[in-house]
Amino acid sequence: MTTADPNFTETADREARRARLFTRINAADKWFQVLGLTWLTPMLRAAAGDNPRAQAKEVWRLLAVPLLAIAAFLLLWGVLAPRVQTSLGAVPGPAQVWEEAVNLHQDAQAKAVKRAEFQAKVDQLNARLIASGREPKDRAYTGAPSYYQQIWTSIQTVFFGFLLATVVAVPLGILAGLSPTANAGLNPLIQIFKPVSPLAWLPIVTMIVSALAATEGGLFPKSFIISAVTVTLCSLWPTLINTALGVASIDKDLVNVSKVLKMNTRTKISKLVLPSALPLIFTGLRLSLGVGWMVLIAAEMLAQNPGLGKFVWDEFQNGSSSSLAKIMVAVLTIGIIGFLLDRVMFALQSLFTFTNNR
Amino acid sequence: MRKFLLGLAATTALVSPAFAEMLDLEKDELTFGFIKLTDMAPLAVAYEQGYFFDEGLFVTLEAQANWKVLLDGVIDGKLDGAHMLAGQPLAATIGFGTEAHIITPFSMDLNGNGITVSNEVWEQMKPNIPADAEGKPIHPISAKALAPVVETYKNAGKPFNMGMVFPVSTHNYELRYWLAAGGLHPGYYSKDNISGQIGADVLLSVTPPPQMPATLEAGTIHGYCVGEPWNQQAVFKGIGVPVITDYELWKNNPEKVFGITAEFAEQYPNTTLAVTKALIRAAMWLDENENANRMDAVEMLSRPEYVGADAEVIAASMTGTFEYEKGDKREVPDFNVFFRYNASYPFYSDAVWYLTQMRRWGQIGEPKLDSWYDEVARDVYKPAIYLEAARMLVDEGLANEADFPWDSDGYKAPTPAADVIDGIAYDGKSPNAYLDSLPIGLKGDQVVVGTELKG
Repeated sequence: MTTADPNFTETADREARRARLFTRINAADKWFQVLGLTWLTPMLRAAAGDNPRAQAKEVWRLLAVPLLAIAAFLLLWGVLAPRVQTSLGAVPGPAQVWEEAVNLHQDAQAKAVKRAEFQAKVDQLNARLIASGREPKDRAYTGAPSYYQQIWTSIQTVFFGFLLATVVAVPLGILAGLSPTANAGLNPLIQIFKPVSPLAWLPIVTMIVSALAATEGGLFPKSFIISAVTVTLCSLWPTLINTALGVASIDKDLVNVSKVLKMNTRTKISKLVLPSALPLIFTGLRLSLGVGWMVLIAAEMLAQNPGLGKFVWDEFQNGSSSSLAKIMVAVLTIGIIGFLLDRVMFALQSLFTFTNNR
Repeated sequence: MRKFLLGLAATTALVSPAFAEMLDLEKDELTFGFIKLTDMAPLAVAYEQGYFFDEGLFVTLEAQANWKVLLDGVIDGKLDGAHMLAGQPLAATIGFGTEAHIITPFSMDLNGNGITVSNEVWEQMKPNIPADAEGKPIHPISAKALAPVVETYKNAGKPFNMGMVFPVSTHNYELRYWLAAGGLHPGYYSKDNISGQIGADVLLSVTPPPQMPATLEAGTIHGYCVGEPWNQQAVFKGIGVPVITDYELWKNNPEKVFGITAEFAEQYPNTTLAVTKALIRAAMWLDENENANRMDAVEMLSRPEYVGADAEVIAASMTGTFEYEKGDKREVPDFNVFFRYNASYPFYSDAVWYLTQMRRWGQIGEPKLDSWYDEVARDVYKPAIYLEAARMLVDEGLANEADFPWDSDGYKAPTPAADVIDGIAYDGKSPNAYLDSLPIGLKGDQVVVGTELKG
């Protein structure tokens, strides 16, 4: 190709555009990774003309294989399930579980209607009270929560417990990381309390919360606090350990810089320690949230917090023919929400960290 | 009484057309507890049919994990009231278990329980049961048919375990009554040993009702006494066979009550009346027109927030049939009675029967005078509140005058011998004489010391 080529500028422009497109796709790839849509990148690249055959292999690996695996799992489940007869009927296959998921959705809609009716009645009653000169009263809904409300309660509880855990674990971790004495002091306690199961913490937490919160009412119901505190106790360990590790493994040169500049502790922590330790802190947070979500379901079952754990327990107690399928719907929901929570943490992590080694 | 009249006078000015005579309520947001059993129906009906709302009450119904949690909830105020076993207010007031003064103004139902045994045990019992012309077992089946089975187990060195729901539950006493009527000893309680298994041929232990079919299936127990739907559930799942209902044991026996603390009734008298009124209306609705509304009640109860079991399992007993062996369905029209036969009136004689059974098995350690039984019954059962609520309903035109026993002295007529499985008549006014007439059990001055009877 020479400059005598009449199409030179066009070709050059096209090449330049293509190069920019690839840059954009690469930039977007970062976001696709966060959202779990990594398979879009090779598709876009192939559409932009970048070595379609190699991209096809990528698409196969990132999209087709997972889909095939899920399909194979569903097939296996659908075939094996009816063979196992429990006293509640045959183990439900994917079809029944889907049916129950639809039922739960319809039930949630019916409950929404009931809620609206209840509110209308209360408004009527309040209007009458106002007309006769008395104070109107705001009434909480007295019926049962719908499935979506239970999911929301679980998410609220896990985040509350997780935030409590973060507030406790990060400062303690920084302390343990900066001071070898503190580390030596905290280490035995960490090692002993780390393996304790939430079900063992629960009776103790219940007794203490019941004693401290003498009256019913207040900002949060007791079962919410008990579940959240149990989540805290079990999920603060990954954050604590990872923070301590992150802080302790700051580059020696940076520590020397702080000494040379005669930084006070607050500046040292906010400008030096935290930014360097962030990758590991976020790893810890991500692990903590995962553990917390698992622990939450068990804690809710026993503390009777009106979330997914209670839903599973109640269905088990009911022993109706649709109970097993509903429990499976709950299991899948728990898994999906856990996955989404993990993705959220991963997104936060990639926002705050730039390289993996600092 | 004065406070009530003043309140009534004050609120007559505020009467509005859509609401029944609204009492001036001290507390209108209430939480009631229940256990997943068919006979919590009056609570569910009072909520769903709007009877609580008509009285101005905003009630949240919460299922409890087991009877102990429920009782503790009422005692420490977490629950304002609950669906309770008839024995619970009595035991709490006399101090067996956690002590608290609990009263009841409303009896929730009569009958409603059954005794189920596992398939294995049934196969071994069947040869001992006389059959009718068609080869079906003749009912009522006495525990005499179970005695040889228990012997076999004993000779093999295996314990024969049965389950009931709570140490002071109706089921415990009915199971013991049935076993004793067949010559089997269900065990004594003593001051130091409250397992209830002293000297027992059959070992009884506690399991929460919804977990009973699972425990039976697992083989931990060989039979249980529990309320519906857990007997029909066992048949439905093919894991057990009900052998007798408590209707056949003692026709129209008292079962559950609605319990509240004495403090609650004192502090909130109008609220107590309003709650009782709503519950009476619910009971009436359940038995209306020869049980015409039962199927609607079944649909309500099968919702996961109430009982949650399949509608067909609940429907059996609620609509008057009971399936014993698979395929052997019989008519038991009064299996669940909520209002007929004065089922909702809290009779003193019912309280006294439970107290006699507590004494019979040693939960009440010392012998007591007849007057003591009467006093405790009057302390716990409050028919005065019931009748006041009933009077208000009749005045509002929501109930019939003729349906309530206005002139009763609180004691039912003595139970005729024919209505009880072992033919022993019960007169609530002579509890000690009744105790003496029962074959197995503590009599007169007997006490259990260690593993021996003394006195």
